[in-house]
Amino acid sequence: MTVQAAARPADAAASALPALEVERLSFSYGPRAALRDVSFRVMPGEFAVLLGPNGAGKSTLFALLTRLFDAPGEAAIRVFGTALRREPGRVLARLGVVFQQPTLDADLSVQENLLYHAALHGLPRAEARARASEELERIGLADRAQDRVRTFSGGQRRRAELARALLTRPALLLLDEPTVGLDAASRAFLLGHVRRLCREEGLAVLWATHLIDEAEEAARTFVLCGGRLVAEGTSAELRERTGAAGLAEAFAALSAGGGE
Amino acid sequence: MNAHLRCMAGIVRREALRFLQQRSRFLSALVRPLVWLTIFAAGFRFVLGVSIQPPYETYVLYEVYIAPGLVAMILLFQGMQSALSMVWDRETGSMRVLLTSPMPRWWLLLSKLLAAVLVGVLQAYVFLAIARFWGVEPPPLGYLAVLPALLLSGMMLGALGLFLSSWVRQLENFAGVMNFVIFPMFFASSALYPLWRVRESSLSLWWLCQLNPFTHVVELIRFALHLRVELVSLTIVTVALAVFGTLAVLGYDPRRGMMTRRVASA
Repeated sequence: MTVQAAARPADAAASALPALEVERLSFSYGPRAALRDVSFRVMPGEFAVLLGPNGAGKSTLFALLTRLFDAPGEAAIRVFGTALRREPGRVLARLGVVFQQPTLDADLSVQENLLYHAALHGLPRAEARARASEELERIGLADRAQDRVRTFSGGQRRRAELARALLTRPALLLLDEPTVGLDAASRAFLLGHVRRLCREEGLAVLWATHLIDEAEEAARTFVLCGGRLVAEGTSAELRERTGAAGLAEAFAALSAGGGE
Repeated sequence: MNAHLRCMAGIVRREALRFLQQRSRFLSALVRPLVWLTIFAAGFRFVLGVSIQPPYETYVLYEVYIAPGLVAMILLFQGMQSALSMVWDRETGSMRVLLTSPMPRWWLLLSKLLAAVLVGVLQAYVFLAIARFWGVEPPPLGYLAVLPALLLSGMMLGALGLFLSSWVRQLENFAGVMNFVIFPMFFASSALYPLWRVRESSLSLWWLCQLNPFTHVVELIRFALHLRVELVSLTIVTVALAVFGTLAVLGYDPRRGMMTRRVASA
């Protein structure tokens, strides 16, 4: 098996296949249901936001999407038409992930962190080096490549994690609460960078958050509450549906109805 | 080099870099067995006479007797630390990153295991070099002959760590690991005293020591250092590696969902 990076997202945009398709996904921890019958799609080039309060089931969904464990039953997760359970290697090769918890090695340089990740995906070392400098350059960390992650601020660490996720040139990028604990400037930078990637490179993005303003300009927002998908649409559509003036009110109305 | 090997090389490289970066870890990995060798052994040699027994051909100093056990202890600590550090809260993330690799899970676990073992073997050799100053002087070829024993033993103990990391929730801090895994395995073995002595005091304890795979790690290393192969130990360590390795792969199998509680408890 050669795990080469998937084709540039722009190629994928040409096909009609959804970048991510989740079908009838349910999951319980023992008696406690975390996800109930969740279905949704993210198209190539789309910036989709998964909006939900803490405990809505976002982390469980991300664990299933990154195949930490499988959901039982007939549920399906497909990435560009490939079923995660049937061909996990092919799916994971096209996936970029930014986890909620910090995942960089604080004692290693940011470059070593990126090279490690490239190796996990089987990239040749020379290519990995080239891509690492490229991604660090794009995210404004080129001059810090040799510095230990320990010396980085929270915002810089997040940016480095994003650079790492993009190293393998994924067609689908998953971010689990990427802006938690960041200041306004870092948040805006991260959001801006990812949205530009959607626009310019056709990257499909699923951005999980509990912050309503991050959904304001999303192509599509999924509202997750109590493990259930209670609404889906653009922020305008969600406002319209609930008759609320702003997305915040719409979200409040939706979560009041959905989270039992 | 194909993608699988690049992945394995990357995992080994990371483990080595981390180890070199964390000097305190390197130091404590060395100090621990040295304390046993220089202090404990000095005090104990008068209490405990060791008679002539294979593979030794003469009376040996107590230091010489416990050296293989201390080498095994290095591998035991290294195996537990490397496997469990992957899942401890502080580092939960590094496991998540590892598991997003498109390579098969068993390959990732094998690479992780190998990386930890190589670091452990390095520590073992540094310890053996220092131990020469305390009269632990196996035949020169013994240093070479012990290498396969160290690799096999390290793999087995590392697989045990990986298996525990996926199945046993209570072991998520190192105190738990010390109390329930490291101390019982270390003390109920031939690391500190010959088992015929144990047999004199308690037959059931003797059986426990015989069944303890760690005893056989110690004996495998002891005999290898003196250019001999202890077949019973070799067999038991190999079987234990197969069993723990299989359980570890099952533990990280997404279909079995042993990982669910990592998220549930997060």
